[in-house]
Amino acid sequence: MDLSYTPEQQAFRAEVRDWLARHVPAEPLEHFDATRAGFEAHRQWENTLKSGDWGMVTWPVEYGGRGLDLIQWLIFEEEYYRAGAPGRVNQNGIFLLGPTLIEFGTHEQKQRFLPPMASGEEIWAQAWSEPQAGSDLAGVRATATRDGDDYILNGHKIWSSRAVFADWAFGLFRAPGSERHKGMSLIFFPLDAPGVTVNPIRKINGHVGFAEIFLENVRVPAFNRLGDEGQGWHICMATAGFERGLMLRSPARYQVAAAKLAALWQERKADADPMLEAEVIRAHMNAEAYALSIYQTASRLMAGAKIGPEASTNKIFWSELDIHLHRTALSILGPEAELLPPPGAQDWLDDYIFALAGPIYAGSNEIQRNIIAERMLGLPR
Amino acid sequence: MDFTLNDEQMMFAETARTLFADSCSPDHWHRMMEADAAWDEARWAAIVDTGLTAMLLPESAGGLGLCEVDFALIAREAGYAALPEPLVESAGVAAPLLAALAPDHPALGDPMATIAIAHPLNPVVPHADRAAAILLEKDGEAFVATPDRVTLTPAPGIDPFRRLFRVDWDAADATALGSKSNGADWALALDRAALFSAAMGLGLAQRAVDLAVDYAKERQQFGKPIGSYQAVKHHLATAQVAIEFARPVVMAAAADIGRQDVHSRARVSHAKIVALEAADNAARASIQVHGAMGYSWEVDVHLFLKRALALSQNWGTPAFHRARIAERLFTQAAGPDQLFARDQKERETENA
Ligand SMILES: Cc1cc2nc3c(=O)[nH]c(=O)nc-3n(C[C@H](O)[C@H](O)[C@H](O)COP(=O)(O)OP(=O)(O)OC[C@H]3O[C@@H](n4cnc5c(N)ncnc54)[C@H](O)[C@@H]3O)c2cc1C
Repeated sequence: MDLSYTPEQQAFRAEVRDWLARHVPAEPLEHFDATRAGFEAHRQWENTLKSGDWGMVTWPVEYGGRGLDLIQWLIFEEEYYRAGAPGRVNQNGIFLLGPTLIEFGTHEQKQRFLPPMASGEEIWAQAWSEPQAGSDLAGVRATATRDGDDYILNGHKIWSSRAVFADWAFGLFRAPGSERHKGMSLIFFPLDAPGVTVNPIRKINGHVGFAEIFLENVRVPAFNRLGDEGQGWHICMATAGFERGLMLRSPARYQVAAAKLAALWQERKADADPMLEAEVIRAHMNAEAYALSIYQTASRLMAGAKIGPEASTNKIFWSELDIHLHRTALSILGPEAELLPPPGAQDWLDDYIFALAGPIYAGSNEIQRNIIAERMLGLPR
Repeated sequence: MDFTLNDEQMMFAETARTLFADSCSPDHWHRMMEADAAWDEARWAAIVDTGLTAMLLPESAGGLGLCEVDFALIAREAGYAALPEPLVESAGVAAPLLAALAPDHPALGDPMATIAIAHPLNPVVPHADRAAAILLEKDGEAFVATPDRVTLTPAPGIDPFRRLFRVDWDAADATALGSKSNGADWALALDRAALFSAAMGLGLAQRAVDLAVDYAKERQQFGKPIGSYQAVKHHLATAQVAIEFARPVVMAAAADIGRQDVHSRARVSHAKIVALEAADNAARASIQVHGAMGYSWEVDVHLFLKRALALSQNWGTPAFHRARIAERLFTQAAGPDQLFARDQKERETENA
């Protein structure tokens, strides 16, 4: 064990810091879920990132990455959040589908899909959930019917984040007549393909952050299928591992928020409930514990281990710490907490509303607790 | 940056695990409780034989010269076994302190001897009666005495394996160890005690969960194992999450304890708080999952509850440790690039 950065890692940090200092927009961009303009501004930012080769640093160079290791990725993320750089509008692509493509895709698929993903040219939505298939994802009913070299897609997807403005979706479909975990395939479709209808859904903050998608005889080439026919469930679970385990929620996100919370406390403690200091400290502890745990996981993965069911503990921990942190901030703001626009530079209220979704998406926390109990602890189903 | 343990460390931990599994089993606990005993001489001899008491002593004092990461793994195993003997207090805290202050002290020469430490933060000292030497502190000065030179008053406690004593003493009866340089040694001793208490907490917590898991697979109600009910599953899953996010903090605290700066102290304190919360939560969840069985003396879950209580409040209460984290959080730079921060001073000496 050695918890210090090598000179190379320190130099890398300096390089990232320097580049971001020169490129991060001075004014925050409009939220990518709020308007088309906000979305496109974020796409532009992805393109800027790509111009510095920072699109997705862990991907192989030939697919638009830098071939860096997970510790370097963590350093990149730390600097990214520290610099207050814009949110990653393509997160479902780069953090979820990207790693899955790298693991299961053919060379041709990687060449076709990864570089435009890394540059923001093609922004991705995840189309798994259906009105009748939420936690019970194996209940998906949307179908992919083989027709020569194509698939014909039909069905109704829902809660698809950023699908309103995105370009592509990766969906979970089943062969007609197949049941449950068998017969599923992961298939990509353009959101502007003939037969696709996207209806925006407003979130509790008023933004059209997700959408329902109707597919009516949408024709896509079989080339758009990731992995083998019928392997969809297996692939989805690998994606979910990235989602819960490592990629989706960088520790840096919470470390920055915890540091801002400490500053908010220092600024306002004269008027706030003294009991809240313990919560501010707790938020800092939680953020550090999550970061240390991710460093440990990254080290283990670099030494050849694989992500297992413990990814479920991550998902519970980050989602709960996020809510605790933001509730504490709102308690410090007191009666001003409800105001729009929010007092001060930080939008604690909107971040709180965002945090509230954490225990629901990426597999609800109840489902994660079931997974921990059954697969980590070995309790009977 | 490497957060993994090496093979040697894992092997040492495995050795301790096997030793405790064989010599500190539920049968052993029950026999000891029946005999009102808090010490097993044969087990202690085996612990000494295995080298566990020599790990943190410098090689010059006949020790193995290992580090806190190594010993934290052993402390975790001691917690997992609810070990009665003061391996952690003696070999993890008191002996290295004595070796630093008085390397020629005869108590260090006897491998079977234990050394106790009466720290001002703790009202009582476990197993003080058996110690070959007791380390004492007064106004920042260190002393050492044999138990017969101090007044030991039994202070019964709820943990059947913590034989506790209040220690009253007079400086005239003890040997002063010099006050000049030992402040730093005492500070390190406190950090080690808090760290290894945290490591024991990890073990206590995991055992409490494991006992409940075993029981929940066996016990049937409404025609099914109770472990198939979600309310039961979720209690234990929540307990396991707390363990998973205490462990890396404990390991990081162990790795950097030697820095002895505001950052390393805060990390030790963080570890102490969360690992013992994990232990307390796990013990209570385990009792709940066991039903009335868990509330009975003969089922062993109570041992973990009681040890967690003791370790949570000794070697600095949660409030004490929270204050040390506050010092770091509110006086130093915070943020994602500060996770492994060190004192500026030290960084400068390294660069020089
Ligand atoms: C902000 C947000 C963004 C999202 N983005 C996407 C996206 O981009 N793509 C996508 O495909 N989906 C997305 N989702 C959908 C998300 O994956 C689902 O909401 C989630 O899987 C839960 O499904 P559900 O909403 O149908 O709830 P349900 O499955 O109906 O669950 C309702 C409640 O019942 C509980 N419950 C259900 N089954 C069990 C059980 N077996 N044991 C215990 N409790 C149970 C759940 O935990 C939950 O509390 C998003 C959701 C949100 C809130």
